[in-house]
Amino acid sequence: MIKVTNLKKSFGHLQVLKGIDAHIKEREVVVVIGPSGSGKSTFLRCLNLLEDFDEGDIVIDGYHLKDKNTDINKVREEVGMVFQRFNLFPHMTVLDNITLAPLKVRKWPLEKAKATAMELLKKVGLQDKANVYPDSLSGGQAQRVAIARALAMGPKVMLFDEPTSALDPEMVGEVLSVMKQLANEGMTMVVVTHEMGFAREVGDRVLFMDGGYIVEEGTPSDIFDNPQHERTKAFLSKVL
Amino acid sequence: MDFRFDIIQEYAPFFLQGVLLTIGLSLIAIIVGSILGLAIGLGKMSKKVLVRLPFEWYINFFRGTPLFVQILLVHFGLMPLLFAQPSPTVSAAVSLSLNSAAYIAEIFRAGIQSIDKGQMEAARSLGMTHAQAMRYVILPQALKRMIPPFANEFIVLIKDSSLAAIIAAPELMYWGRAAQGQYYRVWEPYLTVALIYLILTLSLSKLLHYLERKYSTQ
Repeated sequence: MIKVTNLKKSFGHLQVLKGIDAHIKEREVVVVIGPSGSGKSTFLRCLNLLEDFDEGDIVIDGYHLKDKNTDINKVREEVGMVFQRFNLFPHMTVLDNITLAPLKVRKWPLEKAKATAMELLKKVGLQDKANVYPDSLSGGQAQRVAIARALAMGPKVMLFDEPTSALDPEMVGEVLSVMKQLANEGMTMVVVTHEMGFAREVGDRVLFMDGGYIVEEGTPSDIFDNPQHERTKAFLSKVL
Repeated sequence: MDFRFDIIQEYAPFFLQGVLLTIGLSLIAIIVGSILGLAIGLGKMSKKVLVRLPFEWYINFFRGTPLFVQILLVHFGLMPLLFAQPSPTVSAAVSLSLNSAAYIAEIFRAGIQSIDKGQMEAARSLGMTHAQAMRYVILPQALKRMIPPFANEFIVLIKDSSLAAIIAAPELMYWGRAAQGQYYRVWEPYLTVALIYLILTLSLSKLLHYLERKYSTQ
């Protein structure tokens, strides 16, 4: 589904990605962990070209992102993204937040977009919030709406950029359980997170990043119970 | 000192005509200026230097030189190239529009750039084009924040349109000067004109406060 080859990216003189290779299969849940500044968010943002990259290649669902003939908007229709800070549109109701892209990008008729949105709101347990504005939602509710908004486009892949890092602790669970449900339904997911419990329980594969490289990768039990690399051991000893 | 109300009375119909033209000129300038200003503001935000440069210099020129000079350049320089008999009113409308476009461009730019960049990222991540994201996500939020500086620009325009008197566009200040010229009286015409400008600008700022309160609670 996603194939990343020798991905390199610099901000000015600072090289944050120094050659990333990764292959994410359909229906796979890949969790990316690592210390701050390791490049994991940048890696994720390269996957839908929110960050342009300098070298290497990314192929998603057959689209070469760097190919001049690739319409990045078409790729993004298939790749949903959930942000740390939700980024809901504050001037629109929850329902309008979710229906905007299906209406304007997919050109769905209003009835279909609304019906889909209500179904998704039900799925994330917020159908009673359809007509409120985002500023009246708690952080956990806002993030669940953001997930519903991304799902409304019917994406083939979902990217999560530290989706629980801006939440109060008591709200982390409700967001993770929505993500878990999504994983169980077979969604292909790439999740950057500090939630090691989630990584262990839901992840099919864990990538440990540090200093712009993928230092180690494997199944959750490989990484958490039997880490090979010194840096992985050092990181896990601090967070577990 | 006697205050000759009869002058004011005699000139009242002209002052009324003048006020209407003053309001008309300001309205035209704010409308045309907004359309041009949006284009110039977006142009100035281009990532490409060559695209950006002409817009930057448009803004530099119109903000960095006196409106008075611009009015003279338009009326005696630019308009005669286009029309055999340049109309002072048209020249005034053109120069005020061009001038306000520069200020409004900066209002648009500041308004758009004040919106958190996560909004653009979220919209783009859903597959929207840059133009769609601007139209449905960024501009509706930015416009709300632009109301105060926008109303302020309108107030400035009402006052600055008085400079059009120098090319004999018959707006309010023109009639003030006419009355002064006819009777060699200073206080009556100029105080009356000043009072009318004050009423216009104060009503506008009251309206602005009302709009601000209305939209800030949403």
